Amino acid sequence: MSVSLEDVRHVAELANLELTADEEGRMLRDLNAILEHVAQMNELDTSSVEPMAQVSQVIGEGQTETVLRSDETRPSLDRARVMATAPDTDGTFFKVPKVIER
Amino acid sequence: MLPQARPLPNPDSRLSSAAKIKLSMATTASVPPEILAKYEAVIGLEVHVQLLTATKAFCGCANQFGAPPNTNVCPVCLGLPGALPVLNEKAVEYATLASLALNCQVRDRSIFARKNYFYPDLPKGYQISQYDKPLAEHGWIEVPTPAGTKRIGITRLHMEEDAGKSLHDGFPDSATRTYVDLNRCGTPLIEIVSEPDIRTPDEAYEYLTRLKEILLFTGVSDCNMEEGSLRCDANVSVRLRGAEKFGTKAEVKNVNSFRFIRAALEYEIERQIEIIESGGRVVQESRLWNANEGRTYSMRSKEQAHDYRYFPEPDLPPLVLTARLKEEVVKLMPELPEARRKRMIAEYEITEQDAQTLTATRSLADQFESAARAAKNPKRVANLVQSELTSRLKARCLELEQSPITMKGIAFAADLAEEGKLSSKQLKQLFDSAFESGEDFPAVYEREKPQQITDPAAIEKMIDEVIAANPKQVEQYRGGKKTVAAFFVGQVMKLSKGQANPALLNELVTKKLDG
Repeated sequence: MSVSLEDVRHVAELANLELTADEEGRMLRDLNAILEHVAQMNELDTSSVEPMAQVSQVIGEGQTETVLRSDETRPSLDRARVMATAPDTDGTFFKVPKVIER
Repeated sequence: MLPQARPLPNPDSRLSSAAKIKLSMATTASVPPEILAKYEAVIGLEVHVQLLTATKAFCGCANQFGAPPNTNVCPVCLGLPGALPVLNEKAVEYATLASLALNCQVRDRSIFARKNYFYPDLPKGYQISQYDKPLAEHGWIEVPTPAGTKRIGITRLHMEEDAGKSLHDGFPDSATRTYVDLNRCGTPLIEIVSEPDIRTPDEAYEYLTRLKEILLFTGVSDCNMEEGSLRCDANVSVRLRGAEKFGTKAEVKNVNSFRFIRAALEYEIERQIEIIESGGRVVQESRLWNANEGRTYSMRSKEQAHDYRYFPEPDLPPLVLTARLKEEVVKLMPELPEARRKRMIAEYEITEQDAQTLTATRSLADQFESAARAAKNPKRVANLVQSELTSRLKARCLELEQSPITMKGIAFAADLAEEGKLSSKQLKQLFDSAFESGEDFPAVYEREKPQQITDPAAIEKMIDEVIAANPKQVEQYRGGKKTVAAFFVGQVMKLSKGQANPALLNELVTKKLDG
């Protein structure tokens, strides 16, 4: 399996990236190299191996209880501190360039 | 050089909409009924429900509607680098409770996943959701249809987090800026996806009504549509009756009441039939419901918008439901509305309709039951709710929960009527007074203490008067038409201005007429 330049452009758009022609070419090479590596691993027969979403599934085998947080309120951040890092704000809201879709 | 970021259209619609818009009829009105009848609709519903937890899904910020903008935020829900989510135990309990109440099979080990898209009210750039291993699957709800009870399948119920809120209007620079409030960001949600089992807008309405009722009884959400705690999107397609294959579907979004969903589906079904009948092809797309105009509009979102590139959330371990947690949840399970109605009908000898009214909410059903158990005749309590209470509430546009007269007050009234201490006319007057002053029934009764004529001689005197004035009816009665007695009771009651003791009056009328 390999990807085309079209695929690279599509994925870049989904990832909100604008690539130069040079970057597109590099990305194409890198992605195909990665896919080739994965294709190699795919040659292994894993039909009897349970899919693993997370390494903790293996590490935590036997002690399966998920750590959950009790439903108790903790202090939130002070708004002034939050807005201090916002690119644009009226002190109350984050402001972003107009979202056109309506 | 770093690649530059730029905004993309929102693949998900979370557009604000005016809460109260007049309902207009939604028909294109151009497709004749015999053409419509050739087709059948296939409808599936996706319902998002906010859970009534104290804190958000993955952080300790308050989960609270209406707080000052951007005050319930922290590094986790703001998506600041390095912040890590920790799942809220109560959200798991509630989601599991809802799953069981909807007859779902709950997975022992479910997996969280990232759903990737860009929008300003989603600061992380992904929504934590569940994908191929959701919390629960294979559920169902039973809904009433003209052809009898129908089972609507539930494909899945999964946990996810809400996004923040974008405000597009109302600010001086709204023409060029969108304002973002992230308080809602990270609110725990369950998404409930139905099977495409629904065939008519009415069935969709019933499904939503039953679903909301069950969720309200479990207490996992307040299901307040105006505040957005329950939101619904509908997938709808049409096909010729008898066809196996589904038609191309459209997704209807931005609908904020069950009545609007019904209207939007009616509109959308006709629109699609019209396209097919005129030789066209339905386009797969998202459409926004405009309640003012009673029609849907294409959102013209790009195809790729639905490519969310899900992958397992590396920051959260699989959710393992332990036996202990499941036991806790089972303990929280209340008697569900359908079962409760069946029991109440049997226990209090009330009608299906009575039971329906009295189980509008769990708290109302609780109040009724505690009042009915103490009352002399529970059936009479139910009758008073139907005959005297609901009409007065309707006239004032009040919900049953806003009634000045409590269930206890109604039981009090029912007992007085049962003992014959109040005529039906007096009862009506006291109900009116209570609604005027906003007081409960016992208070009004104590104040107004309607006079009752309980002196047999006084009542007999009035009966004599009525008998003397109506010789024809007396003849009818004595000729064997015993039902005429009711006429005399009515006339005497009128003469007494509703004050004659009903039990005594009944007894004396029969005695006089027979004698």
